[in-house]
Amino acid sequence: MAIRERKGRVGAIPEGGMADIAFLLLVFFLVTTTIDMDKGLGIILPAEGQELEINKKNILNCLISASGAVLLGGEPTEIKDISRKIKEEIRANDKLIISVKAHEKAEYDVYVEVLDQLKLANATRISIAESD
Amino acid sequence: MKFRRKSGVESKISTSSMPDIIFMLLIFFMVTTVLREFSGLPVSLPKAERIEKLESKRHTSDIWVSKDGLISIEDKLYASDDVRHVMYEKRASNPQLTVSLKADQDARMEIISDIHNELRKADALKLNYSTKVKAPTQ
Repeated sequence: MAIRERKGRVGAIPEGGMADIAFLLLVFFLVTTTIDMDKGLGIILPAEGQELEINKKNILNCLISASGAVLLGGEPTEIKDISRKIKEEIRANDKLIISVKAHEKAEYDVYVEVLDQLKLANATRISIAESD
Repeated sequence: MKFRRKSGVESKISTSSMPDIIFMLLIFFMVTTVLREFSGLPVSLPKAERIEKLESKRHTSDIWVSKDGLISIEDKLYASDDVRHVMYEKRASNPQLTVSLKADQDARMEIISDIHNELRKADALKLNYSTKVKAPTQ
């Protein structure tokens, strides 16, 4: 019986194509990754049972009606004028708290626009009142 | 006048470590990528100017609100009274939690203020109204 001779071949993985493979994987990940950062208006809600008594003159009420009209301190106001008015009010009284109260049938869109206007006026003391 | 002789040093960039560099880039991308977990509800977000970016997806939990008043968290629909239980658990496991509210622009404030109340009860107080970018009007 003849013993089969082992072939003297050495198995080596060719390393030349490695870079190409790695590049291909990299490009695949780059293409499939969608960077959609969430963006939005940040707000901190008051904790439960943390109601404070606030001096009446430091509160500016901002009411949003069901039809989307805005009452700022009792005066009907265009949404785009809110930031300017709030800026003036804050200049006069820096302890001012703006209380936003929306009717339950009001649209979220209007509410976000009003909040945006308040942020544009650099109002930091914003309170979200319950609609009743 | 003597001319300076050019030095005979050959400059070549070695390409043997190229795969290592590329693998490192690849691993970096794989680690930093957070895949989108939930599909949510179809909403058209409102637009705002003064927006902030959310810090990290790992500390964010999304609530979708459609214009019909459906509330979806992690692709399950909830009644507005049940939001507090879900959010309480999330908040307990992650104290840095920020809630991202993805509500449709035509949603009613009724449901938004319900969610406000639920989040306050669940002690998840950091809220972010998810919006699109509006070009500044000046």
